[in-house]
Amino acid sequence: MSALTLSLKAPPRQRVDMSPLLPERLSGLDTGAIARIELASGNRGVPVGDLFAVAAGDPAELRLEGGCDRLDYIGRDMTAGRIVVEGDAGAYLGLAMTGGALRVRGTVGAWAGAEMRGGEIEIDGAAGDFLGGALPGSMRGMGGGLVVLRGPAGDRAGDRMRRGVIVVEGALGAYAGSRMIAGTLAACGPTVGPYPGFAMTRGSLLLCAAPQRLLPTFADCGGHDLGFLRLLGRALAGRCRGLAWLEDGPRVRRLAGDAAAGGKGEILIREG
Amino acid sequence: MIVNGVAVEDTFAEAFGMKATRLVITADTLAWAHTAAAAMTGFATSVIACGCEAGIERALAPAETPDGRPGVAVLVFAMSLKDLQKQVGNRVGQCVMTAAGSACFSGLDGGESLRLGGALRYFGDGFQIAKKFGGRRYWRLPVMDGEFICEDVVGTASGVGGGNFLVLAASRAAALAGTEAAVAAMRELPNVILPFPGGIVRSGSKVGSKYPGLKASTNDAYCPTLKGQTRSALAPAVEAVLEIVIDGLSAADVAAAMRAGIAAACAQGGVLAITAGNYGGKLGKHHFHLREIMA
Repeated sequence: MSALTLSLKAPPRQRVDMSPLLPERLSGLDTGAIARIELASGNRGVPVGDLFAVAAGDPAELRLEGGCDRLDYIGRDMTAGRIVVEGDAGAYLGLAMTGGALRVRGTVGAWAGAEMRGGEIEIDGAAGDFLGGALPGSMRGMGGGLVVLRGPAGDRAGDRMRRGVIVVEGALGAYAGSRMIAGTLAACGPTVGPYPGFAMTRGSLLLCAAPQRLLPTFADCGGHDLGFLRLLGRALAGRCRGLAWLEDGPRVRRLAGDAAAGGKGEILIREG
Repeated sequence: MIVNGVAVEDTFAEAFGMKATRLVITADTLAWAHTAAAAMTGFATSVIACGCEAGIERALAPAETPDGRPGVAVLVFAMSLKDLQKQVGNRVGQCVMTAAGSACFSGLDGGESLRLGGALRYFGDGFQIAKKFGGRRYWRLPVMDGEFICEDVVGTASGVGGGNFLVLAASRAAALAGTEAAVAAMRELPNVILPFPGGIVRSGSKVGSKYPGLKASTNDAYCPTLKGQTRSALAPAVEAVLEIVIDGLSAADVAAAMRAGIAAACAQGGVLAITAGNYGGKLGKHHFHLREIMA
């Protein structure tokens, strides 16, 4: 059975909260019931049917055709199933999701994967700031799962990240891993913005390129062959071509920091 | 029953339920993985005095190990989960973590979990780092040649310990050749270990002793030098007896190993009979009847 498909009729005039449209919530609803679901947009509610043409299908996979950067909160609190966005998505993609899979063919806004606890997000294009980060006022960002970003990431990716893996195949913005608590953020792009690991207490930043500027509160621990990187490489085998080198005796320079925040985190920069 | 001209006695091996686990030890080379595994499974022949029974199950190719390096699979058996936890923690901490370039992973999922890296992590003195990839959690402990990688937990299974058979031969050389052939055949099989030195036991024991406080003593009925001195179970032609003890993850695994081992032993010259050790069937819940196994 093909996927349940929602095709965007025209770009919405205001931002739309897409969080009610989850595979687990749409199970058992016919197309009429789905078309009547109200989505918050600005200061009013808009029925799904006014924004999208609804084509019946298996709700375990929800396809959003003709994406738009005003579609916020896609996959928020998602626990199972799969959502595919054939286009762009707005902010808060996969916010606090705990399971399932999200795939976006275009670009996404800020806070994609923020505070997620499980599941997988794959984004073909670019992502805004705070990828896998914490919402303002929250103490913890991403707490589990996997985010694979094929394009570039904005600033402060992995802010307050607690667990899980983020892979950025494109360029990485400034202050990546800021206030990071634990987890792994790997960047295989050609450039890394300034000051990665700002105020990180623990966690690992794996960089294939040296950052534009490094904080003085990171101490050089020398070059090493770290066995856990092989485990990471094998866990991501076939998912990220930019990290294929991890499976073959990876050698990295280890910088420990941020000494201003305890100094138990690390930046690993590929050598050779 | 006669197998290849060798009498297989109408008796059974009596075995016990045990808690078991499998560890995968990797290193830069297979030789170093073997070194770590040999140290870890040393002094682990019998739960009577060693706390556990352990042995190398088989070598693993790089493609079979979590970190893509050469490895060795090790099975450990103990009488309780608590004993198994204590033995695994001590042995991995003292024998695997100390071995150059080693790493240690779970080789068994399911059952109740044992803490592996979760128990050893404190050695890191605050510099240890946990990583979770693909649903599995690992600990990175800084050591003097880099990092010791150790999986957080390992699964357990209800195994079988104490499967056995005895090779009765016309000479010591024939007994050794027969049991060596059996060991070689049995080591080809998965899910079993032969915990004694070289897979062979020369000092089989009986329950009890004339000396108070000794739980076990020499199995005088099978000591050839006592044939005229005790109530011997040996025919006049028998000059030496060697035993093979098998621990396995299931009764079927033990039975399969016994079948392969007995068949190999019976193919060797000078082997006169095959028998097995039991306690009258009252102590162990697993009974491996030799003639049923070889039927």
